Amino acid sequence: MPGAYAYYPGCTQESSAKEYGESTKLVCEELGIELHEIDGWTCCGASSAHTTNHLLSVALPARDLQVAEEMGMPVAVICAMCYSRLKYASHELNDPKTLALVNEVIEKDFQNTTQVLHLLEILDKERIPVRKPLKRLKVVCYYGCILARPKKVTHFDDEENPQIMDRLLGKLDAVSIDWGFKTECCGASLTLSRRDLVRDLSHRVLEAARRAGADCIVVACPMCHSNLDMQQAGIAEQHGSKADIPIIYFTQLVGLSLGLNPGRMMFDRHFVDPQPLLREKGVI
Amino acid sequence: MARIGVFLCYCGTNIGGVVNIPRVAEAAKAMPEVVFVQDNKYTCSEPGQLEIRNAIVDKSLDRVVIGCCSPRMHEKTYRKAVESAGLNPYLLEIANLREHCSWVHGNDKDRATSKAIELVKMAVAKVSRHESLFPKEVPVTKRALVIGGGVAGIQAALDIANSGYEVVLVEKQPTIGGRMSQLDKTFPTLDCSACILTPKMVDVAQHPNIRLITCAEVKKIKGFVGNFEIDILRRAKKVDETICTGCGVCMTKCLVRTPSEFDLGMRNRSAIYVPFPQAIPLKAIIDTDHCGHFQYLRERQEGRDVPDCNICQQTCPAEAIRYDQEDEIITERFGAILVATGFKTFDHSAYGEFGGGRYPDVISSLQLERLMSASGPTSGEIVRPSDKTHPKTVVFISCVGSRDDNKGRSYCSKICCMYMAKQSIMLKEHDPDVQSYIFYIDIRAGGKDFDEFAQRAQDEYGVLYLRGRVSKIAQEGKKLIVYGEDSLMGHPVQIPADMVVLATGVEPNDGAPALAQILNVSYDTHNFFVEAHPKLRPVETQTDGIFLAGCAVGPRDIPESVAHGSAAAVKVTALFSRDTLATDPMVSTIDQMRCVGCLACAEVCPFNAIEPQVLRDGRVVASVNESLCKGCGLCVATCRSGCANLKGFTLQQLLAEVNSLWR
Amino acid sequence: MTTTTVIPSVSREFLLAVQQESQQNVLRCYQCGKCSAGCPLAYAMDLGPRRVMRAVQLGLKDYVLSCTSIWICVSCETCSVRCPREIDIARVMESLRMISVEEGFSPAEKEVEIFHRAFLEVIEKRGRAFETELVASYSMGGVGALRTSMGNIALLPGMLSKGKLAIVPPSVSGANDVKKIFAKVREIEQRETSGGSE
Repeated sequence: MPGAYAYYPGCTQESSAKEYGESTKLVCEELGIELHEIDGWTCCGASSAHTTNHLLSVALPARDLQVAEEMGMPVAVICAMCYSRLKYASHELNDPKTLALVNEVIEKDFQNTTQVLHLLEILDKERIPVRKPLKRLKVVCYYGCILARPKKVTHFDDEENPQIMDRLLGKLDAVSIDWGFKTECCGASLTLSRRDLVRDLSHRVLEAARRAGADCIVVACPMCHSNLDMQQAGIAEQHGSKADIPIIYFTQLVGLSLGLNPGRMMFDRHFVDPQPLLREKGVI
Repeated sequence: MARIGVFLCYCGTNIGGVVNIPRVAEAAKAMPEVVFVQDNKYTCSEPGQLEIRNAIVDKSLDRVVIGCCSPRMHEKTYRKAVESAGLNPYLLEIANLREHCSWVHGNDKDRATSKAIELVKMAVAKVSRHESLFPKEVPVTKRALVIGGGVAGIQAALDIANSGYEVVLVEKQPTIGGRMSQLDKTFPTLDCSACILTPKMVDVAQHPNIRLITCAEVKKIKGFVGNFEIDILRRAKKVDETICTGCGVCMTKCLVRTPSEFDLGMRNRSAIYVPFPQAIPLKAIIDTDHCGHFQYLRERQEGRDVPDCNICQQTCPAEAIRYDQEDEIITERFGAILVATGFKTFDHSAYGEFGGGRYPDVISSLQLERLMSASGPTSGEIVRPSDKTHPKTVVFISCVGSRDDNKGRSYCSKICCMYMAKQSIMLKEHDPDVQSYIFYIDIRAGGKDFDEFAQRAQDEYGVLYLRGRVSKIAQEGKKLIVYGEDSLMGHPVQIPADMVVLATGVEPNDGAPALAQILNVSYDTHNFFVEAHPKLRPVETQTDGIFLAGCAVGPRDIPESVAHGSAAAVKVTALFSRDTLATDPMVSTIDQMRCVGCLACAEVCPFNAIEPQVLRDGRVVASVNESLCKGCGLCVATCRSGCANLKGFTLQQLLAEVNSLWR
Repeated sequence: MTTTTVIPSVSREFLLAVQQESQQNVLRCYQCGKCSAGCPLAYAMDLGPRRVMRAVQLGLKDYVLSCTSIWICVSCETCSVRCPREIDIARVMESLRMISVEEGFSPAEKEVEIFHRAFLEVIEKRGRAFETELVASYSMGGVGALRTSMGNIALLPGMLSKGKLAIVPPSVSGANDVKKIFAKVREIEQRETSGGSE
């Protein structure tokens, strides 16, 4: 049964990952999943907080968790990094001393009862009325490094071979190819400071997708999307490959399969345009 | 009025260096009922014991207190000495002035001496209330039960049988042989495993003193050392073993194909099958879960109609098929039980990073043994399970399911370093073009000629050893990309392999904890059986009459398992060398005049030694089986009416000890 | 380049400090190398996670706090979930970063640290990560940062035309709360370093 969730969009929804946020909203609307954006939500701290200050890295997400607790709804989140930080905070706040200290910082009385779910977990339980099947489009599902790890914090899926996105794509009549790079890191936050390393790592992911025979890569994280899509031309230059693998958010594909207008999926915002591929395969 | 003699030992300087013995002696002289006090540098020595014996006779002593080291050291010795002077050996009490006093209070001699005086005072008060105790004699049934027909169990059974005693060997599988029968070659000699094992298996089959029962398990145990009564469940093979010749015609006719357990799923077998060509007993067995006839019976019960199959029954030349054969319970009496239930290997599908069992060319070490074996699924040709081609690059990974807290197996499985060396050597022998790589953390090669063997793999067979664990295996087309590290160079390494062999760890077989519960013996967090003492009593358990051998106790190799089996056999034959056994008289007694029959004591007894007894007047009271009782005292503590008492540690004696401290 | 490690003059206090900060028993590590084997960035690091753990075990404070490894690590947690001794290695790396900043070591990967500092500055100010300002703030953090930032210039037209760069900062009603959180955290840290109890 579709439910109601406190929606945590994440900072990139307002700029570089707008297509992710938009397609999410459209898909949830179509499926009857209510998303109530957390009022005045603030940054989860991403990798920068937990890299430099432990208390800060728990306090920042705790602030949003507490607002959601007041709203009385579980949190729905789409960015893998935000999901990880919110989950970590919930996990650490199980310790009463930490909870007390963080409550002192956020000046609230958080009880740590908020449940945090990634949209993939929510959709896994939903019936998806597929009106326009994806015509056996060959995809590989790229989960990124932190969605499934560590299992004892996220309880998301199998750490080494997660299946939740593959199952979803299967429901949409895409062919989700088994490959060995599901959870290999793309380079994460090193985009600005060590772009060469991001290009190396993302290149490996792209090559693995090519070797697996995939038409495109499906992602669930704005950072992964950015590294694989925006940097693909640069990667092609650095490594002598081609920039020819579209990187698509799973919500965009769900949207297409629900019969929503492809134009609203904002494919024009991608650096590697998926539309030629999707047209060729008869998906749009 | 008792006549108590107190003997104080200096124990060299162990006691005398801390406790002021003369002062203790002075105090002892003044204690009630003490008529004689003497000290000695080493009371346990020959002259020391002589002094005690002489004093008992000369001074007409009827109770003895010895202030010395822990009774665990010399209580037996002193009891013998006392007995040889004509006194009941249980009219003795030891005050532990060493472990309980001088060894722990070395820095406060004054107070240590006061404590020593108190300890002697307590012992004097207790021994005054001692009564003579007399051990009982129980007969010994000179038949041994060996549970488990692997090499340890086989060796033990042969040794006991060769000593002239009857042995019943019970094996859960349809054939004996255990893990060793699945191996191709053994380290470090590269002997053919079947060639060295099958003669022993045949000896077991032909030995007049050994009765072999396969497809059987122990279900219930009653009794005590020398007098066990065991219920053995023998599962029906659906074949009459007395008629079946093991000819194998049934296997060729059966239409069912199901993965073979013996070949670890690398080959199929039929529903009626002989486990392997050298099986003992060489008899067919029907796997009713997959047999067409039994499937037909199950479906018919559900009201569905499917065709029946009787092919084996129709084609068996000896007419040995018995579809309606039933399981049976065999009850037998034994004097000793020997547990040799062996091991299985760790299921590597727990390692998601190695493919989680999904990659057909990532196999376990035991699966490789089957591939290498001439009677294996590929007749000894080493090929990739996926496409039957010959692998040229093979990677071995050590410590899979060993030394890994992440998987709940913290221990080292001991044999893997050696068998990886062996397997890599054998691969090269099969195919000179093969290049093997072994990822290891440490090399454990402690046995005789073991280290040289492991070195040979590197020197002579060109196997490349890389120190570092493997993080992940990814399937890329036909190759398996292995991501590891060479920590000696400090570089990450990647190897595109044709086949990966995982050195899966040793763990106890599935039925081990259940068996331990039935037998009431201890097992540890990893389900290995626990020895009575890890150093000094490696083949015994805390339960008298139950012995251990082989990998059921912990990871060990073939020479150790064989030695273990023989060692356990000696313990059994030592037990059988007497016609009767003396039982410990320090057991619980129930005052049946006052017992109300609540049987709370029976409920708490860990040894099931208390049973209800109906007296002549119809009253139900508790009754202690003195052979089972271990004198733990739980019943005494539990009894509400105070009618349970422990001989040698009666409530009166213990209270006297406490009271003596207030005088 | 190798250094001779003189034992026992190595710093045991450093080992204990790292264990306390990370809540991990570093001595449990038996140097199997599974972490380095699976680390996607080990090839670019000077030490790799295994050798970082070894350096901490030996108390080689200066050596490890001035290595690039701790800054190149992106906390992908691959090492932590596979470690057979169940050590959260990523957490140890985190602690080393924090201690290195606290003790005033110059990060061996300057730009990485500048990035994190810029990010935190922006969210403290705005309540959310405003990417345009983040890039600007980062670029001004140093010559190296500016250079790496300029390297992305080719993407700028595409980003602007596709609307991936917001020109206007977001208006966040929770921004004030975030400022207060930062201030409170600083206050608590001050309290602790001046002799408060943990």
